[in-house]
Amino acid sequence: MRRLLATILSLAVLASGGARADDAKRLRIISWADYVPAELIALFKKETGIQVEVTLSNNEEMISKLRATGGAGFDLAQPSQDRILAAQREFGIYKPIDLTKVKLDQFVPTLLETVRKNTTLDGKAYGLPYLWGTDGIVINTKKAKAADYLDLCKPELKGKTAVRLKRPTMMAFAFALGKDPFALYGDVKAYSALMDEVGKTMIACKANLKFFYDNKDQLLNGIRSGEVTAAMMWDTGGWVLNRENPDIQYVAPKSGALGWLDTFALPAKGRNDAGAYAWINFTMRPEIAAKITHVVGSFTASKGADQLADAKLKAQFAASLPDAALKNIKWYPAIPPGLEEIEGRVLDRVKAAN
Amino acid sequence: MLEAGTRRWQARLMLGLFLMPAVLWLVSLIILPHLDLAILSFRERVAPREYRASLEQYRTFFAEPLYWHIFVRTALMSAIATLLTLLIAFPIAWTIAKLLRGRASSLLFVVCLIPFWVSETVRTLGWMILLRESGVLPSLLVKLGITDVPIELLYRDSTILVGLVYTSLLFMVVPLVGSLESLDNALIEAAYDLGASGWSVLRKIVIPHAAPGITAGCIVVFMMTLGNYLTPTLLGGKNSQWFTEQIYTQFITRFNWEQGAAFGFLLLLLSTSMVWVGLRLTGQRFGEVMRRS
Repeated sequence: MRRLLATILSLAVLASGGARADDAKRLRIISWADYVPAELIALFKKETGIQVEVTLSNNEEMISKLRATGGAGFDLAQPSQDRILAAQREFGIYKPIDLTKVKLDQFVPTLLETVRKNTTLDGKAYGLPYLWGTDGIVINTKKAKAADYLDLCKPELKGKTAVRLKRPTMMAFAFALGKDPFALYGDVKAYSALMDEVGKTMIACKANLKFFYDNKDQLLNGIRSGEVTAAMMWDTGGWVLNRENPDIQYVAPKSGALGWLDTFALPAKGRNDAGAYAWINFTMRPEIAAKITHVVGSFTASKGADQLADAKLKAQFAASLPDAALKNIKWYPAIPPGLEEIEGRVLDRVKAAN
Repeated sequence: MLEAGTRRWQARLMLGLFLMPAVLWLVSLIILPHLDLAILSFRERVAPREYRASLEQYRTFFAEPLYWHIFVRTALMSAIATLLTLLIAFPIAWTIAKLLRGRASSLLFVVCLIPFWVSETVRTLGWMILLRESGVLPSLLVKLGITDVPIELLYRDSTILVGLVYTSLLFMVVPLVGSLESLDNALIEAAYDLGASGWSVLRKIVIPHAAPGITAGCIVVFMMTLGNYLTPTLLGGKNSQWFTEQIYTQFITRFNWEQGAAFGFLLLLLSTSMVWVGLRLTGQRFGEVMRRS
């Protein structure tokens, strides 16, 4: 009996990937779609012998998966910079980054500083910048007109627009209503009132929406097929569509594009920190980072890599984000705990409204 | 004497070993997680990594009308889907069990089975390709001159029902065929000979005989629809409002495991009580139903 149990246990350990000898030879990354291009995986394997395994995810899922295992199962995660501190305080799913193992001079200093400010807890750093971009509006200029987020709710676009049922949409609508949600982060009462107002606006807008999209392809296909003519979307998606069809453009809304910055973070029970550091230093080399930009369409935190981007992307960037729009980008500050609960209730109400 | 005792002991050990996988499965994958969830559902977050026992999660459910609304809606829609499935599956089962013989009967059965060779995701995506605004059916309607412009057939309550009925059809057909096959044809003939109409044969002979199969099918289908996540979410879009979606949202996007666990238990309670009420109303016994189907 005992032997049977022992066998079952060892089988279970094996199945869960407990072959510890191999840990140094593989790097398990949980990240966003396209963030880890196949070309880089091959290059990295050739250089270091480490096999990269990618799990696609999003901010909420990353936190939930790591929370469920207490930070095990992955060696590197790539959450947005504003989503690290609260998750760390609540669930302790990350471990501090040893900055001496990272080639910090490869990073753009301003981005490094922003992330450091937003992800430092008890004097320890939990995040390093990876990719950044903006959220704005993608429109099919032949079929629709929209200059700000709330234009998606105009009657002439009925049934032709889409947003996500997530917090970026709430932030965008708040800015479009002329408010600054980030300034109210510290004031729970005022923030709650603002979110109620945003919720009412979203409920009123709901009939106008084709769907709430929850993955990139759903939206891209909606726009390609012409079912959706205007949507809240991030810049790179818009630029991909623009290359296929010049009528489709990404524009920074009047009330400001939302600036996001995704990071490198180390899960608390990751088994291959050395591999993770090697990967971070590898991807931040300008020539490697330029390859990432080429695939994803977003600019990285690697110093000098943006110079290597192709001319088309540079032109798209300049057209979508002229200097004034660039200055008007609203960067997400770290979210204090408790706010997401308020937002969640409002989002539930929007979902349930008819 | 001693030998007999040893043998009995050995037989018991063998029985224990045979039951072991089932018991291990039940305890480690069903009972333990449920206990954990039960404990989760009765606590409340007060500060980071600090929790206390409370009924707050259940209170939230009753205080927020929107959770109530989705809960009742899910139950009603599931009941409607179950009824529709029964209405559609009954003639099919009747055809398989009584009208067709041999090959034709097995063929029809296989036809019912084929959609289940692919996963639920693929089946649901198939519906999306058929029904979306730029999809097959709307453009066919335009071509036939029935509508002027392609209409959106997705994201409606009726779309959710179509998907749910399609997904659960097989689980209704199988128990129905089982219970109808055991019905002696002579009984039906005798009823007709005595001058019964088709309707009264159905009401007085077929349905009473098939009752355990009907109940078993309804229980399985109702539980499957109630706990379905994929079909309502994909086909219902922004208006799906399914309770399982609420549970997912609480766990994954809100990090509110406590609330999610409470919702999960409420759903379990709902399905259990609906099954109990169903058995009571039809005068069936659970063990009997499960054995006969």
